[in-house]
Amino acid sequence: MTIGKTLVVTALALVLSASAALAAQTLKIGVPGAHSGDLASYGQPSLNAARLVADEYNAQGGVLGRQIEIVAQDDQCKPEMATNAATKLVSDKVDVVMGHICSGATKAALPIYNNAKLIAVSPSATTPSLTQSGENPYFFRTIANDNDQAKLSANFVADTLNLKKVAILHDNGEYGKGYAETNKALLEKGGKVKVVLFEAVNPDAVDFSAAVRKMKREGAEALIFGGYHPTASKLVQQMQRDRVRIPVIGPDGLKDNAFIKMAGKDAEGVYASSPSDTSALPVSVKAREQHLKKFGEEPGAFFYNAYSATLALVNAIEKTGGLDVDALMAALRTEVVDTPSGKIRFNAKGDAAGIGLSLFQVKNGKFEELGHRLTLD
Amino acid sequence: MDVQYFVELFFGGLTRGSIYALIALGYTLVYGIIALINFAHGEVYMIGAFTALIVASALGIMGFPAGGILIIAALVAIVWSAAYGFTLEKVAYKPLRGAPRLSPLISAIGMSIFLQNYVILAQTSDFMPFPRLLPTMPFLDYLGNIMGESELLILATSTLTMIALTLFIQHTRMGKAMRATAQNRTMALLLGIDADRIISLTFIIGSALAAIGGVLIASHVGQVNFAVGFMAGIKAFTAAVLGGIGSIPGAMLGGLVLGLCESFTTGYFSGDYEDVLAFGILILILIFRPDGILGKPRVQKV
Repeated sequence: MTIGKTLVVTALALVLSASAALAAQTLKIGVPGAHSGDLASYGQPSLNAARLVADEYNAQGGVLGRQIEIVAQDDQCKPEMATNAATKLVSDKVDVVMGHICSGATKAALPIYNNAKLIAVSPSATTPSLTQSGENPYFFRTIANDNDQAKLSANFVADTLNLKKVAILHDNGEYGKGYAETNKALLEKGGKVKVVLFEAVNPDAVDFSAAVRKMKREGAEALIFGGYHPTASKLVQQMQRDRVRIPVIGPDGLKDNAFIKMAGKDAEGVYASSPSDTSALPVSVKAREQHLKKFGEEPGAFFYNAYSATLALVNAIEKTGGLDVDALMAALRTEVVDTPSGKIRFNAKGDAAGIGLSLFQVKNGKFEELGHRLTLD
Repeated sequence: MDVQYFVELFFGGLTRGSIYALIALGYTLVYGIIALINFAHGEVYMIGAFTALIVASALGIMGFPAGGILIIAALVAIVWSAAYGFTLEKVAYKPLRGAPRLSPLISAIGMSIFLQNYVILAQTSDFMPFPRLLPTMPFLDYLGNIMGESELLILATSTLTMIALTLFIQHTRMGKAMRATAQNRTMALLLGIDADRIISLTFIIGSALAAIGGVLIASHVGQVNFAVGFMAGIKAFTAAVLGGIGSIPGAMLGGLVLGLCESFTTGYFSGDYEDVLAFGILILILIFRPDGILGKPRVQKV
């Protein structure tokens, strides 16, 4: 190497380290998620939430004297783009990550954060294994996982409705099947309710007549269905036609106004679990007002979860006074934060404790929150 | 109870099977005449259902009585789908009449993808609710609930349609010309039959039958989206092969057998295996009896 080249390299290194030192003055929160594409409506609200929390702290002098900088990375909810986004965030030396949005993308990105020992808090990835497998020690989430919803439904069937026989159907997808299997396991463990039928229906099948007939023959007193609303609406209509009039309970894949639109009057009485309505909490009211003021519209999907996740991260950094990963993880697990999702902390697995799930029921063409609730721990 | 359950499953299977049969007839008619598997046929069925939905919604707003809406919507859907079938043949298959057999097949798959995307763009990619147009028939309650209103409608309509089709094929000049063209197109041409007209007619009839199936099933399950034609089309194709592709009674029989098999599998075994069974049958038939139940073995002339 000639002297000239060495000089250039040294100079470059100096410049680079100087810029790194400058950058270190801000606290970087990486926000990966779907910011464009089909599923942008899932990711954009979370980015808004992170920006609002950052604005609020920055206006008061930042965290530990440092301004918060939001580093957005678009993954379009695609696993292959998520790994790129994650690599980019790691090389940008972000301090913590608030994301990703979709479960598939999160699953793809997590190994990269694990290697970099980077804490990631997702506002919306609900696949149970992300936390439950124990493979992702640095991963947390501010949303109930799919299995948690089964706790609510199993308990509702056994103790509130007091039924003896229940049928469980699912659509054979990861989401629906996971929910159905957890319900089955919980009901069998409880021992009060007999699962008389457990099988899949193909969402594309021409009709569900045979499955419904079988449900009737087995004497099912309720149906727990794991899946999304198009299949559910087809199923409840078939049940009405075949005069099988029993309660139907499903996860939040059913809690969509499209379900009521599709199934019409047959949707009446159907139960669906979903995060409790926390929009009346003072923190939520404040977050919504900030959103209306800055973006001029109502906040979208997962906004409050993302707001909670960002608050929890910033709070942990503030409490520990630094960025030591182990200290931060301990703080996330012990410090209770007042967020739009309720007063939360994280459990040993990384799931949020303190989040509430409620059962909703279709009444007069609308989902109405029932008193049946469950606070996760 | 067990007899009752059997009867319920039987009628459930028959209902589903007659839908398969209606669509399978379209496959088999076309195959009989030009030896082409029209893979866009499922989409014609879907377009039939969508057309009925649009017409029914419009008439619903204008305040027509429900029964009248269903009949008018079905008629419009039949005409509209038949027009699609006619155009489909002219655009995608006629220019390839002399081409190797693979070319029209690829063209058919292309049309299927095109039509699905066309409906996504022109209508919506969401599921749409199909209005409930059938009156409730309380007498079905007294029959022990073996079937619902829409199942009764499906069974009645498809039976009548299939009888009408059989009469048409067997006893009219046009039907005779169709049979002649199916047997030997060159000979039919020599005898003064306009083969192009017969081919168009075949597509029109097949598409009209698919539209009837589409409207029936949409009012049965209460929803439509752009992808409903795919699974129904594949199952109906299985039914057509099962009965013997090219054979009209074969398509009807194949549809009913497949519907009943599926219903009994779910009923007595498990719904998890419904599709496994359907496609298992397809594979077995292709291996052991490629000409199907009623198909005549084709002698390859050397």
